[in-house]
Amino acid sequence: MSILVNKNTRVICQGFTGRQGTFHSEQAIQYGTNLVGGVTPGKGGQTHLGLPVFNEVKEAIKETNADATVIYVPPKFAASSILEASNAGIKIIVCITEGIPILEMLKVKKTITRNKTILIGPNCPGIITPDECKIGIMPANIHKRGKIGIVSKSGTLTYEAVHQTTSIGYGQSTCVGIGGDPIKGINFIECLSMFEKDNETEGIILVGEIGGNDEELAAEHIRNNINKPVVAHIAGITAPTGKRMGHAGAIISGNSGTATSKINALEKVGVFIAHSPAEMGETMKGAMDKY
Amino acid sequence: MSNQLGSRLVTYQNLPHGQPVNEILIEEKISIQKELYFSILVDRQTESITILCSTEGGTEIEEIAKSNDKLIFKKFIGSGDLPTEKQINCLSSKLKIPTQAHYDFNKFVMNLFKLFLDKDLSLVEINPLIVTKDHKVLALDCKISLDDNALFKHENLEQSFDWSQVDEKEAEAHKAGLNYIALEGTIGCMVNGAGLAMATMDLIKHSGGLPANFLDVGGGASAETVSRAFKILLSDKNVRVVLVNIFGGIMRCDVIAEGIVSAVKDVGIQIPIVVRLEGTNVEIGKKILDESKLNITSANSLGDAAKQAVIFSKA
Repeated sequence: MSILVNKNTRVICQGFTGRQGTFHSEQAIQYGTNLVGGVTPGKGGQTHLGLPVFNEVKEAIKETNADATVIYVPPKFAASSILEASNAGIKIIVCITEGIPILEMLKVKKTITRNKTILIGPNCPGIITPDECKIGIMPANIHKRGKIGIVSKSGTLTYEAVHQTTSIGYGQSTCVGIGGDPIKGINFIECLSMFEKDNETEGIILVGEIGGNDEELAAEHIRNNINKPVVAHIAGITAPTGKRMGHAGAIISGNSGTATSKINALEKVGVFIAHSPAEMGETMKGAMDKY
Repeated sequence: MSNQLGSRLVTYQNLPHGQPVNEILIEEKISIQKELYFSILVDRQTESITILCSTEGGTEIEEIAKSNDKLIFKKFIGSGDLPTEKQINCLSSKLKIPTQAHYDFNKFVMNLFKLFLDKDLSLVEINPLIVTKDHKVLALDCKISLDDNALFKHENLEQSFDWSQVDEKEAEAHKAGLNYIALEGTIGCMVNGAGLAMATMDLIKHSGGLPANFLDVGGGASAETVSRAFKILLSDKNVRVVLVNIFGGIMRCDVIAEGIVSAVKDVGIQIPIVVRLEGTNVEIGKKILDESKLNITSANSLGDAAKQAVIFSKA
């Protein structure tokens, strides 16, 4: 099994005919993702990469029976793309776009909560269940189907975790990049719960970073609900206080949200800490042996 | 006051070497009845716009927040609607605003909130907000943070940015579309992705070195951007070795390699470079570096890259 997406997931792409949309859709098709069409307003009726193009998500769902969408539209229009997809009744939205204004994301959150839509991102690499379904911008060839579930706030650090778990032969059940924005869709807790229920997942890697308290909340959740070994890496232990390190969410304020407070919280509930980003795979190996 | 102009102001809120004082604002003296703290921000835990306020305005507010958080009032307003009259009245009573100032206070809250929404602010902080002896409500000081992601809606605000307040290299990086923060160490870092960039800095420290900067070249950088990034790194005279750590997703390793080679040729770089490439087109990227015959050390893993860079930084 896997979580959220698999070979039966019918995917459409918003921003399908754009440069990013085209490049990553080609890659997804090549990987075997069940891409069934795309949406670009004004280009409905055309065919792109051998698939139908629609003007609206609603129409695309009606014609293709899609249950997931991936968004590659520019930040100016991304929030309304999410709203459109959610209101059209799609189940899963993966938003790759970086740079959506925070006040727009607040409105998005209200709508997707009401519609019970699962949003992954924004500002994330996407989600992949190896050998079945790749939705996003991650390099395909580093993945290997296997037993580790990965959930991460950072794109490139997800690739590190994937690469390392592939190298030691464990492979991945599903990898979810949830993004590092302060207002985002699904968070660590939802993913941890799904990995706990998934038979194929035997261990979980959580990659966090400074800012907010998502990791502290995840620790609380792990204490009471997770019975599989969890390895965590938290980026930003040497980040200078008060300086902004790129992700809108990565702001240290006071003592909450520091890497140290997150690591302490996770360590307290029995999470195995990979202190170096180069040791996530090895730490998982050690954790699996102890468990 | 004249000796303040042209000096650098150092406080815990700004750069380690301070920021230049180019202008001084002179205001009339005001007789204060009450000194309050008032701010609006997006609270990420509750995912709503939130008003934080306190009857204890002034310079000690952070200490007060730590020692007695009962004195800080939090009011969740929602996800984009203006506060209701009831909500404002509640704040007004918490802050013990005198009756004669109620009208002024309501108007102030409403206008500040409109400003927050209209200009896409991520923070507005008034400290102190005061009630004068003749019951007027006045903002005596103010800090506003804009949401960078919303700047495309507010061109005039973007133009009014004062670049003299920013580190020169950071300003240059911003113009090149790079995310750069200057630090004190000797190992220049060029990484893709904010998380990996932070993790690389952590790893350098873990291995006994000191990073000279944080630099995220982003997901879709061209060979030209990489080249500009390199020049910015090298303009820092403390840098004794450059560590390039790229995990290519959208970013292809061959593009990075070309950027490195052209930058090294352009600038005529004298210091060693350690490169760790992984991901999309990694083999082509490595080949480009090898064939360039430049002073570039290829590292096989993330840990190895950091170790090599630390050794060079101490050579």
